[in-house]
Amino acid sequence: MQLFVEQVLNGIANGVVYGSVALALVLIFRTTGVLNFAQGEMALFATFISWKLTQQGLPVVGAIAISMAIAFVSGAVIERVLIRPVESARSPLNVVIVTLGLFLALNSLVQLIFGTDPQFMPSAFPSGGIELFTSNGRTATLQKGTLGLVLVLIAECLVLWFMLNRTKLGLKLRAVAANPQSARLHGIKAGSMLMLGWALSAAIGALAGSLVAAQRTGFDSNLMQTVLVYALAAAALGGFDSLWGAVICGIIVGVADALTIQYIDPLNGIEVVLPLALILVVLVVSPHGLFGKRTVERV
Amino acid sequence: MTHVLELDSVDGGYGHAQVLHGIDLTVEEGHVAVVLGANGAGKTTTLRAICGVIRVRGGDIRFEGKSLVGKSPEEVSRLGIAHVPQGRGTFSELTVDENMRIGAINRKDKEVASDLERWYAAFPRLGERRKQEAGSMSGGEQQMLALARAMMARPRLLLLDEPSLGLAPLVTRELFAHLGDLNKEDGLSILVVEQNANLALDIGHWGYVLEAGRIAVQNTAHKLHDDEAVRKAYLGF
Repeated sequence: MQLFVEQVLNGIANGVVYGSVALALVLIFRTTGVLNFAQGEMALFATFISWKLTQQGLPVVGAIAISMAIAFVSGAVIERVLIRPVESARSPLNVVIVTLGLFLALNSLVQLIFGTDPQFMPSAFPSGGIELFTSNGRTATLQKGTLGLVLVLIAECLVLWFMLNRTKLGLKLRAVAANPQSARLHGIKAGSMLMLGWALSAAIGALAGSLVAAQRTGFDSNLMQTVLVYALAAAALGGFDSLWGAVICGIIVGVADALTIQYIDPLNGIEVVLPLALILVVLVVSPHGLFGKRTVERV
Repeated sequence: MTHVLELDSVDGGYGHAQVLHGIDLTVEEGHVAVVLGANGAGKTTTLRAICGVIRVRGGDIRFEGKSLVGKSPEEVSRLGIAHVPQGRGTFSELTVDENMRIGAINRKDKEVASDLERWYAAFPRLGERRKQEAGSMSGGEQQMLALARAMMARPRLLLLDEPSLGLAPLVTRELFAHLGDLNKEDGLSILVVEQNANLALDIGHWGYVLEAGRIAVQNTAHKLHDDEAVRKAYLGF
């Protein structure tokens, strides 16, 4: 029992991370209609900036805030300079290819600038754990860091949900995602909204990356690669258009992963099969995911 | 009579293809101007030139005396021109209510809520479906939504691109009845591009017949409607 609870908690800790990257993926998808494969590496770059700033003596929270601001601006610039010129209604794949290129470029750039040695990112949350219960002389504990991550993620979700669904700005963002030409005819500056979508999701990614890195004993340029696969699984499971879906499914994927490692021996070491299998099952059985809206379109 | 909209020998097109050759066209304040013509005559292109979707290559377009040449669609919309494009411009994944609010997105006044109720009263089907995803409605309902959404902006000029396209005859008649009411009761100036000449000319004041990017004939809507020669040559009924 203790082992099971411990594994579930481990799973939640990882799942929250997948959820927050999935959140960034879903946000970009909902506001611009693009699946950004470079999301993880953009977050990685920002994470190294956070780390560098803490090395310069800045407090962790301040470092993350500055890194988020830098990511926000960079996200907007990336949209304007790299994404928009290749965007065309005829071949949406252009953008996908650019994000894949960006993935490789950013990863190499990180190695070039910050080196390949593992680094240590200090945590924004207090250390230690909260003891839950003891069975057979072993105690199940909830790490304060995990709890902190969950709370941050919930807060993020609330803010984003409110912004998207209850403000004029959110309505503009969604209008541009749904029908950019028509949005322009209604006086909405589509270009600015696309930039804003990228900026916001880059900032969320920066936060996620910085918090993830602190959870690990050390991190290097490979930090986000498996995370991205799990986050994609979470986003697909959640249906790609639901913020809460992304978060909840991130946690589901994390827990499923932890339990697979613990209880299904043959998959030990190749547990990354799990998210891929999940993506496949979702696409086959229920393409709109667990939380996604079914789209009905009439002509 | 003041001109709301004036096109002054406008040239325009796509890439190397010039579609519009010196279009002269005016919409009087409070009038309905109808542009008729076959497929490919340049009707849609004319509207696109007005609202800034394509660049004007020659001539001038003036709205209330101000030139629109070089302005983006966003800017043209903010000046007070609403455009109901072909295909209706529905925001499919958004609810009917959200679609309507997008129409009023750049308004700063406090009467958006009362306007919403006004248009829901005028189009009861939309009111019933305000929480429904707009893309799930029928073509006719989406066309009504496009009209109501355009009106939410409180435009001073309404551009409509083939509103009858793909609609059942009964729905088309209902739509044109609404357009006629908007013109008569609110004094809204309208420029409508149509293939359905009969219905459009019924509510129109002045009509133009476009052929190969040039104005071939123009006259009062009434006279165009009754002109046997024009009907046979251009309108096909």
